[in-house]
Amino acid sequence: MRFETRTVASAQAFDTLRQLKTGDYNVLIDLTAVDYFLYGKCPEPVGWEQNFPSGACGIGSPAGAGRTDFLAAGAPGPRAHRYEVVYRLASLDPATGLEIKPRLELRVPYSEGSVLLSVMSLWPNADWLEREVWDMFGIKFADRPDIKRLLLYEEFVGHPLRKDYPVKKRQPLIGPKSGELLGSPSFNVVRQETPFE
Amino acid sequence: MTQKKTYFLNMGPAHPAMHGVIRLVLELEGETIVSTEVEIGYLHRAFEKHAETETWNNVIPYTDRLNYVSPLINNSGFCGAVEGLAGVTIPERGQYLRVIASEISRVADHLTCIGANAMELGAMTPFLYLMEGREYLYQLIDDLCGARVTTDYTRIGGVKGDLPEGFIDKCRGVFPKIRKLVADSEALLTKNRIFLDRVEGVGVLSQADALAYGITGPFLRSTGVAYDVRRAHPYLVYDRLDFEVPVGSRGDNLDRYLVRLAEIEQSLRILEQCFAQLPGGPVSLTPWEMRDAFIFEDMGKAGNTALLSRCLAKTCRTIDGGGRDKAAGIRVAAPALVMPPKEETYGNIEGLMNQFETVMWSWGVRVPVGEAYHAVEGGNGELGFHVVSDGSDRAYRVRCRPPCLFIMAALPKLLNGGYVADVVATFGSVNMIAGELDR
Repeated sequence: MRFETRTVASAQAFDTLRQLKTGDYNVLIDLTAVDYFLYGKCPEPVGWEQNFPSGACGIGSPAGAGRTDFLAAGAPGPRAHRYEVVYRLASLDPATGLEIKPRLELRVPYSEGSVLLSVMSLWPNADWLEREVWDMFGIKFADRPDIKRLLLYEEFVGHPLRKDYPVKKRQPLIGPKSGELLGSPSFNVVRQETPFE
Repeated sequence: MTQKKTYFLNMGPAHPAMHGVIRLVLELEGETIVSTEVEIGYLHRAFEKHAETETWNNVIPYTDRLNYVSPLINNSGFCGAVEGLAGVTIPERGQYLRVIASEISRVADHLTCIGANAMELGAMTPFLYLMEGREYLYQLIDDLCGARVTTDYTRIGGVKGDLPEGFIDKCRGVFPKIRKLVADSEALLTKNRIFLDRVEGVGVLSQADALAYGITGPFLRSTGVAYDVRRAHPYLVYDRLDFEVPVGSRGDNLDRYLVRLAEIEQSLRILEQCFAQLPGGPVSLTPWEMRDAFIFEDMGKAGNTALLSRCLAKTCRTIDGGGRDKAAGIRVAAPALVMPPKEETYGNIEGLMNQFETVMWSWGVRVPVGEAYHAVEGGNGELGFHVVSDGSDRAYRVRCRPPCLFIMAALPKLLNGGYVADVVATFGSVNMIAGELDR
């Protein structure tokens, strides 16, 4: 599929998207993010057992740490911003069902601390997509109502699609064992730990 | 003094009419829905994270589980994205086979959706008819891939294998049966007063809303937009095939049902054209299209340097390179992008080694650095894969754009203001597949 790629700074992202929306790009096809924390740095796994020692994809494995020599020619270098938020836009003509302009991929570099405005006011489906990005990457969008996790549960700790989220990480168990009040109404029953008689 | 009070009804996550695991929290005033909250994620399997930890070819089985009613479309979508990134085009016969597999899957998807929707509205007979039709297709898929649901049919660079013997004749024998079953079900449903009362004018979404929510597929077409990825962005060989894009006008449950019904016929037409056009030749790229590294050396010595850039070198990282450390110094394209045919794997030692080289950790397929987005028309709409490679043997990131997510995001718009009994009719007609919704 052919598409153009454009990059804008996070401060100008909303204005650019608003202009694109008033232009021909009427459909937000997708909104996602990529974490470039380990881009070109992912150490070579030495074997199945050593692949996930303590960290994400071999981080912390002494054999693989920092090795880049196995990468193919043209391996990517470090980046100034850790994340890129990707907006995928289409200009769909309702009359013909074809697209007027080529697809546009708008990439917004994002580091923790920068402000990225929500585009919920432009496309309503951005609500769920932004919730998913928050859920998976911990990228928070400003100027929108409460943001809560979409796919994972509220008690989940961390943001799993971040590259420093260990694949083998265990989540604290929810429910009776934790013995504390949790935010979700389903688990708001206080249970007493009673020993077996 | 009486006071109007609303109360909450919880539908799901495990509800007979909920097709998968999804939770709806409905605020009701009497029987009318005031507001809806959709809670998803009950079938979250971390597909995207998992894809980052597996070699490129090993991700394909996980794509089966996305839309498990039409897994062959997912297989072909993911492989298409990786091939786009690698810059390879698969042989023509392989492209036709992918189209054949996808369209069989699409018919099965639509049959399941219509059948289940009708059953939930009380029409048991069409459900049984359509399931019978789906069973014929599942048997075809079983012949083709050796599995009914977890197909895992495509490979990067082609497909697993050629059509089994007599497959086309078997298809031609099955299609009239499917057409008859669909016609019988249509006769039972389309003019049935009980069915029409439940679906006509119910679950309406306007064209503008459907576009605003990014909805694609049969749902968008039911509102009158003839957007089909196969038409707007032809992939594989869809530009050589003649098919219509059926559209509705009102965007209600009935239109979605009619659009799916019409698409079954179009898919069968596509399949028949594919059988007529099917060319001979290989179904996948073969590792033998790559040259051994020593040939490069010979070519260079003979002065044929102009040809060098057009060939891919095949290197063995231990034997030719003299060890893993040496192999790191060799800057060539992937040792092999494609798996050897199974006959070679089990038939000779080179084939077996070649097989291992493509599946072993840190050895497997290396896709060039870059990013690609590839979309296919899935059973529910545009199924997109955004893949990022950093040149290692695994995907750096795989993003799946599930068509269902966008439909579910718009679900409150469809349900609010309607009756609680219509939830079943509307929810059935939008064809939510939890596997791709939650990934």
